[in-house]
Parts: sequence; C-alpha cells; structure tokens
Amino acid sequence: MVVFNAGRSPFDRFLDLSRLSELQGIEEDATHVSFGALTTFRDMEDCPAVHRHLPNLVKSARATGALAIQNRGTLGGNIANASPAADTPPSLLAYGAELELVSSRGRRRVAYEGFHRGYKQMDLAPDELVARILVPKPQGLGFHFFRKVGTRQAQAISKVCLAAYARIEAGVVAEFRVGLGSVAPVPARARHAEAIIQGAALRALPVEAACTELLKDISPIDDIRSTAQYRARVAQNVLRQMLGELAAV
Amino acid sequence: MIGNSAIRKEGRAKVLGRSRYTDDKTFRCVLHGATVRSDVPHGILKAIRFGEGIPWKEFTIVTAQDIPGENIVAAIVPDQPFLVPVGGEIHHAEEPVLLLAHPDKYLLEKARRAISLDVEELPATLDVASSDRVFKEINILHGDVDSIWAQAAHVVEADYRTEAQEHLYIEPNGMLAIVAHGDHQDQVTVCGSLQCPYYVHKALVHLFNLPGDKVRIIQMDTGGAFGGKEDYPSLIAGHAALLAWKAGKPVKLIYDREEDMAATTKRHPSRTHVKAAFDANGLLLGLDVDFTLDAGAYATLSSVVLSRGAIHAGGVYRCPNTRIHARAMATNTPPSGAFRGFGAPQSLFALERHMDVCAAKLGLDPAELRRRNFLKLGDTTATGQLLKEDVDLAGLMDRTLADIGYTEKRKLFAAANETDTPIKRGVGFSVFMHGCGFTGSGESYLASVAGVEGLADGRVAVLAASTEIGQGKDTVFSQIAAQALKIPMDMVEVAQPDTKVVPDSGPTVASRSTMVVGHLVEDAAYAFKQALIQQGFLTEPYAPEVFREAVKRSHARLGSMKCYAQYHNPPHIVWDDKTYQGDAYPTFSWACYAAEVAVDTVTYEVKVEDFVANQEVGRVINPVLAAGQIEGGVAQGIGWALWENVEWKHGRMANNQMTNYIIPTSMDLPRIRVGFLENPHPAGPSGAKGLGELPMDGPAPATLNALQNALGPLRLDEVPMTPERLMDRMEVARG
Repeated sequence: MVVFNAGRSPFDRFLDLSRLSELQGIEEDATHVSFGALTTFRDMEDCPAVHRHLPNLVKSARATGALAIQNRGTLGGNIANASPAADTPPSLLAYGAELELVSSRGRRRVAYEGFHRGYKQMDLAPDELVARILVPKPQGLGFHFFRKVGTRQAQAISKVCLAAYARIEAGVVAEFRVGLGSVAPVPARARHAEAIIQGAALRALPVEAACTELLKDISPIDDIRSTAQYRARVAQNVLRQMLGELAAV
Repeated sequence: MIGNSAIRKEGRAKVLGRSRYTDDKTFRCVLHGATVRSDVPHGILKAIRFGEGIPWKEFTIVTAQDIPGENIVAAIVPDQPFLVPVGGEIHHAEEPVLLLAHPDKYLLEKARRAISLDVEELPATLDVASSDRVFKEINILHGDVDSIWAQAAHVVEADYRTEAQEHLYIEPNGMLAIVAHGDHQDQVTVCGSLQCPYYVHKALVHLFNLPGDKVRIIQMDTGGAFGGKEDYPSLIAGHAALLAWKAGKPVKLIYDREEDMAATTKRHPSRTHVKAAFDANGLLLGLDVDFTLDAGAYATLSSVVLSRGAIHAGGVYRCPNTRIHARAMATNTPPSGAFRGFGAPQSLFALERHMDVCAAKLGLDPAELRRRNFLKLGDTTATGQLLKEDVDLAGLMDRTLADIGYTEKRKLFAAANETDTPIKRGVGFSVFMHGCGFTGSGESYLASVAGVEGLADGRVAVLAASTEIGQGKDTVFSQIAAQALKIPMDMVEVAQPDTKVVPDSGPTVASRSTMVVGHLVEDAAYAFKQALIQQGFLTEPYAPEVFREAVKRSHARLGSMKCYAQYHNPPHIVWDDKTYQGDAYPTFSWACYAAEVAVDTVTYEVKVEDFVANQEVGRVINPVLAAGQIEGGVAQGIGWALWENVEWKHGRMANNQMTNYIIPTSMDLPRIRVGFLENPHPAGPSGAKGLGELPMDGPAPATLNALQNALGPLRLDEVPMTPERLMDRMEVARG
C-alpha cells in the first residue's frame, strides 16, 4: 500500500481476499494454535489463547504500525509482504511455526524457516496463497522474550527485532530458538548462537560466546534507517540482555 | 481579557472538520499541476525530452521561456529562478525545470515520469566544509579577544555541529491559482497554504510584471508552517499561477508528503567552533565563536538566519571580549530556509553545550559557572546592546533546577549509574534568550501596518496580514482588540489574510505577531475608539452594547470606517548594519529549560523522562495558548536533539517519508512542565513579548547536557544525537 500510494507500484490491479471466510479465524487444538492468513494484528492482541501460549506474538502485533494498521493488517500479509523488517516473523521463527500454502493444485505444509529465500523472494508459486499459519504450543517450562528496537516508542519500523523462546528442563536449556528482524535480507534464525546455548545449564550460559556467534547468523546493512554496525552491536546487546534474563529464570 | 485563557477561536472549525484547507477548495474545471525537477545536484540543462505514449497535446506545459515577467523569485538576493531554462545552470537536485497540468491526476503523474532531462553534470559541492562560495559573512567584535588568551587561567575550545531538520507541518504545501485574462492586464489570484501573503504577492508581481493591485494572495486555513511556509510558497504560487495563466483554467498544485519533504526548505545545518577563556574565579574573559551555516543552493533567507544565529552565539553571558565570525555558505543541496528559531537554536546549542564542557574543565557545577557570568540590568551584549530590563537569570535558573530536583537527582543518579543497571540517568539544563521581532533595523524597514474596521452589524474586524498557522493568532488579536475597546471578544472578527483586504503587517515570523503586530492592533483599536468619540458616536465610559450601536450608526452614516497603525522605530533603539553594533532586538525573552534523561545502554536509545520549561516572556496574553506553543516547541526541540535526521544521498533527502524520518510521538515525550514568569515590557501590547520560537532554542543543549551527566565524559557535540551516533561516541570513549 505504501509503495502504491507513493506511485511506485508496478501493479494497478488487485484482488480483494478480505471476505474469504476460509482464510480467517484463530483455532486452537491440543498441539497447535493456528491462524488464518487474514488474522489481523488486533485479532492476535485480543485472543486469550495467543496471550497464554504465544505471548511474543502479542508483543509483535502491538509493535506493528499504528492502531489503524493493527486493525487492518494481517499476519498472512505480514509474511507475504516479505519485509525483513516485519515484526511478527521473528516471533514465528522463535516458535517454530509452519505455513499451509494452497493453490488449485492442492495444499502443502512447509516450515516457516526457509520460506523466505532471499530479499522479497519466497517459497511461494505465483498461483499459491498463504492459507494458514500453524504454531506449535510450547510445552513445559517456557521462557519467552521479545524486543523491538525502533528508536521511536510507537509507529516505528524496526532497526533490530529479536524474539526468543526457550524450554527449560532440569536447569538446562532443552530447546532454544531465536528469530531476528532487520538484520539480514530475510527474517533470520540465529542458528549459530542457538547452538552455543542449546543444552547449556542456566547457571553457566556461555553468553559472550553466543553473542560472538550471532554475527555469523546476521548480515546487516547500512540503509536510510540505521547502520550495519549499529544493527550488529544492538542485536548482540539484546541477545546478551535476553540471555541474562534467561539465566535468571 | 488579556491574561485569560480565552477559548481558541480557530478551534471550533478544526474540531468539527469545517476548516477549509487549500486542497478542499475546488472547481469542476480545475487542472492538477505537477513539477518536473532536475535529479542531479549540479549541471547544465541541455534539453528536455518528452517520452512516448503520453498524449502531450492534452497537457499544459510551462517552461522558463513562457514566463511573462522576471524568472527570479523576488527575495533578499535575486538569485533563484522559478524554472531553470534550457542552457541554464542547475544548482541542486530538486530544482524545478518544467511544469505540467492536466485534469487527470494519474495521467499527470505518468507524464511527469515520462519526461527526461539531458544534463551535463558538473562537480557538486555537497559538504559545507568544502564550499568556497559565501552568501553572507558577519563579524561581531566587542573588546579585544586576542589579548585575552595569554592571561586567562583556563581556555577551553571545541567543535559542535547540528544537522538539517524537516518542519513536518501536518498539511503539505499547496496552492490554487486562478488567472483572469483582461483586455489590458491579467488578474492573478492565488489561494494557498502560506505564512507571508505579501512575500508571495511581491514574488508574483515580478513574475508576471503586473501592478500590485492585479495580484491577489489569499491565505487558506493552514495546517502548520514553523517557517517552512515562509519563502518556498512564493515558488509554488508562481508555478501554479504560470500553469493557470497558460491553461486559462484554475490550477491546483498540491505537494504530497514525499515531494514536500524532499524539495522544500529545512533548518540550516551548522558547524560551530567555540573558544572560551575564564579567569581563576570562573569569570568569562573572552569568547571566540566561528559559526558556519549550510545555506544550500540559493541565498533565500540565509543572510538573516545567519544574523540571528550570530547575535545569539554569545548567549546570556557577560563577556568583555567577544568575537563572532559567521558565514552562510553555498552548497549544491536544496536551499535551507526559515525554521522556528531561525539560526539561534544552532548557535545556542554550541554555546550551551560548551558551558557544560567548560564547567567540567573548571571543576565547577554547570549552574555555578553560569551564575557567575549571567547578564544583568546595565550589562551590554556582544553587539553592545545595553540591557535596560531587570533580567533575573539566576532566579529563573534556580526555580527551574528546584522544579526538576536537579541537586537531589544528580546525587541519586550518580549512585545508581555506578551499579550494573543498563539504564543510566542524568539531568541537565540550558539557559538562553530569544530576540523578539525582526533583527536590527528589520522592523523599521518593514514599517508594518495593521488596522481595525467597523462593521455594519456593530462589530469590529481586525485587519492584518498575520496568518493563523496553529499558534492562535485570531484569538490573541481578538483579545488585544477587545481589551483596548472594552468589548467582549465575540464582537471582534479577524479578517482572513487577503492582500485585497488587509494591509501589509509583515510576515508571520520572528516571534513578532503578538509583540509587534499585536501592538499595532492595540494602537489601531485605540485610534478607532478615539475616532468614534471625536465623531460624536460614542462617549466614555460605555457598555459594550452602546459601543455596538455607535459602530452601527457610524457605519450607516459614514460607511466602513477603518483606522490603521504603522510601526515606527522607537528613537532609543539604534542599530548599525555595517558594524553589527547596537540594539539587535527591541527586547529578548529569557528561559531556562531542564531535562531528565534515561539512556538504555543496550540499544543506545534515549528517553526524556521529565522536562521543565520556565521562561520570562513579558505579559502572557493567553496562558493556555502560550503553554501550547512552549510544549510544541519543546517537542520539536527534543525531536531535533535525538531523532530527526535527514539522510542525504547525492544531495537529496533519501528518507523523505514519515516512516523513516523519526519525529516523536506522544509516547516518546514526557509531560512538559511549563512555567511563566511575567515581567511586562513596553515593546508589546499590555507588556507581551514574543514566545513562538523561544522553546526551540533550549531543549537540544539541555537534553545533551543531561546525557553528559548520565554517561560521563563523552564527545556529545552533535544533534541529532541518534542511537547510532551515541553508540559510536560510547565505543570511542570505551577505547
């Protein structure tokens, strides 16, 4: 819409999907919370199941745009717009989300990690739609962390966004995923940093090693919003802050 | 009446959505206009090419060769063309080259993109430091500063810089032009979003080579300006009128946000070197300031912005030896222009930061160093202006420091910052002044006029060219006239600024509307009352209803009766433009602002958590409106201090969207605690002085002084101090 409004959109014909009921609604079963692609940010903010199981997603929704945008903008749109600066993808990555894609040829289910293949490039055929987003419900003792750095407290586009989820078992990090926004051409998983923390005891988290490894997971750039140096350093600082909070659980 | 927070007259229409802005006014046959701009910062325009697939015959097309009068925007220096002609020199990347009009907005945009320019590129000067072209140079000399360095106990010098700032008024620039072709002469009418109707009037008289009465400028409701609609609207009005003149139809030329941000003026970036000498007791012995402004590609208002910046560079301190050397330099960027504060925020940022740097060097508290050096009654400023008012800067400072809890907080934060908390807090302040009205001989040169007219229904109308741009001018003028005439405010109407109806009261700038024009309104109201009495329509004392009947009768008998007042320079105000010595302003407003900040060392983000803004502005005419002005200025000042960063790419603004140019939201600002100390001054109506620009001067140095307090020794020499810059400074300090 922004590009269209600025007169820079190459497209001038659009199809309105907003009344397709099969793309709407939040559903909860024993193992998953699933979202129709047309679930608005506001729907997520208002849904008790999302608050209970996926608090990072509520924070992501609240951090996106203005209230008017939260009322109209959708989770499916946030994914398919493929902006590396979007605020829900880091949370979806941290929760290990999957996508259900549909076309006249049928349906397929893919891990969200890997869906973004390059800047604005997706594992999505021209005749395919993102239909649903499926997020496994965290089990056991969970740690959830979300922080958006956008310079302004509201109506900001992220310079760095970090979401993390850890499952803790007997004082050890049993499961750990970190999703990042605005530090790579696509929403990024911090695989290297995660590997350092995975299996570590909460009392002896190798924090500095993880912060160093994080640089292998990201490839920030200088642009009109910030600098590569700032993004890298702040991503490390936020990871350090998050690990400090994790250690204190 | 004066001193009461009368409900804002302009408010009702705005709240109800009834205000009519330029784009709300329309006609069935209206054409939409568009501007084709150069896209290189420097070069020679060789040819204009019209692309394929556009029905060019349907378009009204205007180039430089169509211009009937002078292709120069009439201003202080006649250097800027309305349109660059083929063969002419392009001086910046947003320079207008060609104008288009068409009934279909969308086809118009397509056509604009289909035009290409052949330009022979020339080397561009994009950095002010490498510019060797001077628009204006000013030297202020007081005493002999070079004799001081050797004998001083302390000499402290440092460099400071401030970057461009975008006004970001809510309503982008726009104009609607109608040209009636007459047998002998055309009649040009332009309605638009603007600050200074008579500036636009003058520009169009020269553009069309018409007598003054054939050009009419009307201000529509205007959604903010802050100086951004002072000079650039002359260009847009000219463009709209040229298209309307050629098309024979009304033409609307409305900028969208991206075009407005990229092409129109911004606050002048500045570079300042300050060298200060103190004796062993911390008394200021000498001050040497080198002040440079980046004026951009054309002279516009830079000479007067420079003048105000230079005069304010010495701040509120007594100093026997001062040298201020100021220059406005040309670069190949879009021209810088007027912006609330007009050069003073730039030089005061440098000086008020420097006072804190000096205090640290001298081992004194910043408040103590300032206290020893404040100007007092009977002192003279750097321009040799004798202070004839009893200014109590120490009192203003002490009250502000008490309000924010300076002493306790400095102790508390110092202890808390020692712990491993990622949030570091600090408190800082600035003390400053702002000259009210035009600089030097500006007001006597303008010789502004305002009037009061009796209406048929017994009310009166205020006639002035001062524009309402969000500050509440209609309300304040009504209060002033009502007080002088001893009638209720609803018996006063304020005429829409229309050059056919209102006299030239000068531009709505320089914190002058209340003090200078308001004083003329007061004088005209007294004259009007006197005229009613002398003509036998009224005797004092009278009730409002008696006054109403008197005006009705005078109107029935004599027709419309108007009384005007004109500005005359008071004989005790003397200014020499050549030596830059004398009374730079009729008077100053004085202020001390304090900020409390919290720095998040994880993200280098700064939050201003508390802010106190105390000022002495003479008599306050409408406390609610005055506090609103202060709060808005402080918000704009904090934005400039911390976030508002223009990203330049090849001489163009690259982040020309509200998403990427970060102004504060209500969530980013603290409650701003505003206080007024009233010391009525004879220069203004009922003792009022100017206050519109004052709040822009103090927040940036106060905020960065607070940052210094939070973070310790660090090179905090620049605004905006964005998180990226703060991170660089902190990493350098860490080594």
